[in-house]
Amino acid sequence: MPDGFALAQQLTLRKREAVAPALNLLDDRRPQSRQAACHLLTRLEAQVKPARRIGFTGAPGVGKSTLLDTVLRRVRAGGESVGVLAVDPSSRRTGGALLGDRLRLRSGAGDPGVFLRSMASREHLGGLAEGARGAVLVLAAAFDCVFVETVGVGQSEAEVADLVDTLVFVAQPDSGDLIQFMKAGVLEWPDLLVVNKAEQEALAARAVRELKAGLALGEHSGDGWERPVLRVSARDDIGVDELVQALAAHNSWLLESGEHARRRRRGRDRFVRDTLERRFGSFGLESQGGVDAIQKRLDAKPDAAGMQLLEELSARIESALTGATPHQK
Amino acid sequence: MAATGAAGEARAKDQPWVFRTYSGHTSAAASNALYRRNLAKGQTGLSIAFDLPTQTGYDADHPLARGEVGKVGVPIGHIGDMQKLFEEIPLERMNTSMTINATAAWLLALYAALAERRGVQRSALSGTTQNDIIKEYLSRGTYVFPPEPSLRLIGDMVAWTLDEIPKWNPINICSYHLQEAGATPVQEIAYALANAIAVLDTVKARGDLAPDALPRVFGRISFFLNAGIRFIEEICKGRAMSALWEKIGRERYGVSDEKLLRFRYGVQVNSLGLTEAQPENNVIRIVLEALGVTLSKRARCRALQLPAWNEALGLPRPWDQQWSLRIQQVLAYETDLLEYPDLFDGSKVVEARVAELLRCAEAELARVLEMGGAISATESGYMKQGLVESQSERISAIESGEQTVVGVNAWQESEASPLDAADYENILQVDPEAEREQIASLQAFRSARSPQEVSSAELGLRDALKNGDNVMPASIRAAQAGVTTGEWAGTLRAVFGEYRAPTGVVVRKPELADERSAKVRARVRALGERIGRPLKILVGKPGLDGHSNGAEQIAVRARDLGMEVVYEGIRLTPDEIVQSARDEGVHLIGLSILSGSHAVLATDVIEKLEAAGLSLPVVVGGIIPEQDAAALQARGVARVYTPRDFDLTAIMEEITALVEEAHAG
Repeated sequence: MPDGFALAQQLTLRKREAVAPALNLLDDRRPQSRQAACHLLTRLEAQVKPARRIGFTGAPGVGKSTLLDTVLRRVRAGGESVGVLAVDPSSRRTGGALLGDRLRLRSGAGDPGVFLRSMASREHLGGLAEGARGAVLVLAAAFDCVFVETVGVGQSEAEVADLVDTLVFVAQPDSGDLIQFMKAGVLEWPDLLVVNKAEQEALAARAVRELKAGLALGEHSGDGWERPVLRVSARDDIGVDELVQALAAHNSWLLESGEHARRRRRGRDRFVRDTLERRFGSFGLESQGGVDAIQKRLDAKPDAAGMQLLEELSARIESALTGATPHQK
Repeated sequence: MAATGAAGEARAKDQPWVFRTYSGHTSAAASNALYRRNLAKGQTGLSIAFDLPTQTGYDADHPLARGEVGKVGVPIGHIGDMQKLFEEIPLERMNTSMTINATAAWLLALYAALAERRGVQRSALSGTTQNDIIKEYLSRGTYVFPPEPSLRLIGDMVAWTLDEIPKWNPINICSYHLQEAGATPVQEIAYALANAIAVLDTVKARGDLAPDALPRVFGRISFFLNAGIRFIEEICKGRAMSALWEKIGRERYGVSDEKLLRFRYGVQVNSLGLTEAQPENNVIRIVLEALGVTLSKRARCRALQLPAWNEALGLPRPWDQQWSLRIQQVLAYETDLLEYPDLFDGSKVVEARVAELLRCAEAELARVLEMGGAISATESGYMKQGLVESQSERISAIESGEQTVVGVNAWQESEASPLDAADYENILQVDPEAEREQIASLQAFRSARSPQEVSSAELGLRDALKNGDNVMPASIRAAQAGVTTGEWAGTLRAVFGEYRAPTGVVVRKPELADERSAKVRARVRALGERIGRPLKILVGKPGLDGHSNGAEQIAVRARDLGMEVVYEGIRLTPDEIVQSARDEGVHLIGLSILSGSHAVLATDVIEKLEAAGLSLPVVVGGIIPEQDAAALQARGVARVYTPRDFDLTAIMEEITALVEEAHAG
């Protein structure tokens, strides 16, 4: 069994060869491995890394991977090392998944400064959040810039938004789905909106107009960030520099406005709440006075690591549950 | 004129089709000797098989060429190789078909440059460059550039040959490989014609053609079809396709000249349906398939190449190819096939089937055109997904026994066959020294060139590409200056970029619901629970072979049975595969290699895994002779799968067992 503390140390020293074993460990659901994984994450969380965390989401076929590949090349050329987590859907019925992102994310092949991990979303095992959060922490420890790519279908955006600092929503010109996205509330979450395949000029211009109109109508967190709508073509390499600059601008804004810390905390809190609910059900949460009371406890410790809070609250709930229902034991 | 008099009266015969054999291997000199022997035996045209480095634009000493030089065809690295390939073969009297696509403009330039050196008029040349890039994206995988510049290259060749080499077929639209990728007859007709329309529309949109040129361009488009074992349906398919082609010519392109409206096609009968088990039965299959494309005069092929009986075992020897040539000769010269007008005119049964195929194919073609045509339907993955699904259905039908394949899923018992042989005696083995010799001769050629001439020719080529000039004149100058295949393609790569086509493994159809699948799925799940996380495998193709149909079917089935499958696609180096396996944390690697380079590539992967300290089971699938399989297993490959292993679910059970063993205790 790998030692979680030792792995964390190697990651902090940016040893690339520790990354895959750490991710394998996080993936491992056996009890003894959970323990080691917990050590690993607690240690990683204690050392806040400045790594940028950027999410790319959008419907299948809009060219997310190809665009990400182009952006990745720019980021590499700027000297940053890159970790990518590419999430593809699992079949709910069979649990199987086709993970095809390596096919398009080719520019990292043979480059030790790029690490790509494909991940199945595993809806049948409770979904993305728990595994993906740990994976992002591992990648953020070892690399300068972390990308998370997911297929957006409406519900997952909120989840991804809590994993990253900056969320990019990718659309394509002829997607009649834009209206659907707006209805589904998808546009609440992204910080940057990108219309890919801008080589189809007239259509792309229309899509940009639609998105801008959608943004004007829709709700956003009201945090003061003016969300840009960009036109790019991954194919013809148009507008990619502007996208890379916009990513940098958003990152500076996050840091200056204090939103960066707020987002990281929001992600931490969501992780703790969701994991508690999965472990103990709403009944377990009620034993601590419900979600709001739990949130208060989290608010009281803004700098504590998520894993540590999770373990503390889990212990409380467990003792409350066993204490409350001794006759069931 | 066919007379119908009393028995014994002589009947006038139709001209037979062109007899070809798809061949080439080892080196230009070895292939030249083979061609000359074949011509002496009565072959009437040449069909050149190029090796994968030539097809994908790499020199023999490029890292990706390792193990592939001279394997599936002849290596042509420069004009010196072209000279050797045609030594003592009169170009002006040859009908030369080249199976070449991404680098078609270059091989045609080498051919034209050779004619120039020999003082042969270009107008005297005749032949075909396959040059169908869309089917490379869909099935065959030797594409290099993105769709738009690829279509421009095709347009350049069409425009240039129209007046320079008027007897040349600049593009041979291939429905052949669509059938190999799983296409039903309807898909075959619709997708091939959509593809032809994409090419014609591209040419039409160019500014450099005379207004009356389009009908002539239409008349130069030829096709390359497949003929499967359902030979009645194949007859109907040929008739339906020629009717639809004529209709497209009249309605879409305003062609009225009957001669230009003719549907001209060559055929390679189906290699995919040939079996490794009881391979002698393949001869019967080949004969029946040849009948399917020759019986109906109205839909008779212009040229025919037959595979050899042992192609599912390895590369055919000259004798194996001769046997297939003799089939054509017996059919054309001994039988009375060529003495009659069309045998099916007036047949209600044939007419009805043709009408049905036409109706369905027209509907599917309209759907593709509505999506914006063949290029859009390729980029979106629509056509590829359709093919992958049809292929899964075909494989499932063979697995379940619904579709009979004699000797494979029925009547497997057999007497000992005199055609079975040990020690590679029944296949051709490419001399392992061939690669080293090719590299040595390439390097000698390079050092004998004038560097100034080469760099100025490369600059000229780059300018032509950037300015939108026709690529052919600059390529011919480059050929004369001694530019190599890798340098020519490298120049184009720098200007056009490279492309990866959609894989089609995003499957829409529901997973298998049978009991056996459920059992394997439960076993996969239990293994995942025991080892802590779901079973994750890597499927990829090292080397240059782009035939990804098999790898895709494996990926889809593994996913159906509950595995997480990292599908990495084609053209990977062993280093990349090892990096992916480590970074992805997979439990097993599946490699697919059909080009005969399995020995070098699989061994490289194993050695690099060992060097990286990874101990993972590796399985290999491909056309792999028994002796090679044994050698690979001795070197650490856990299992070797060949076309004999048609039961995909059984393969999945075995690889599950391999991971169980690897994690025992």
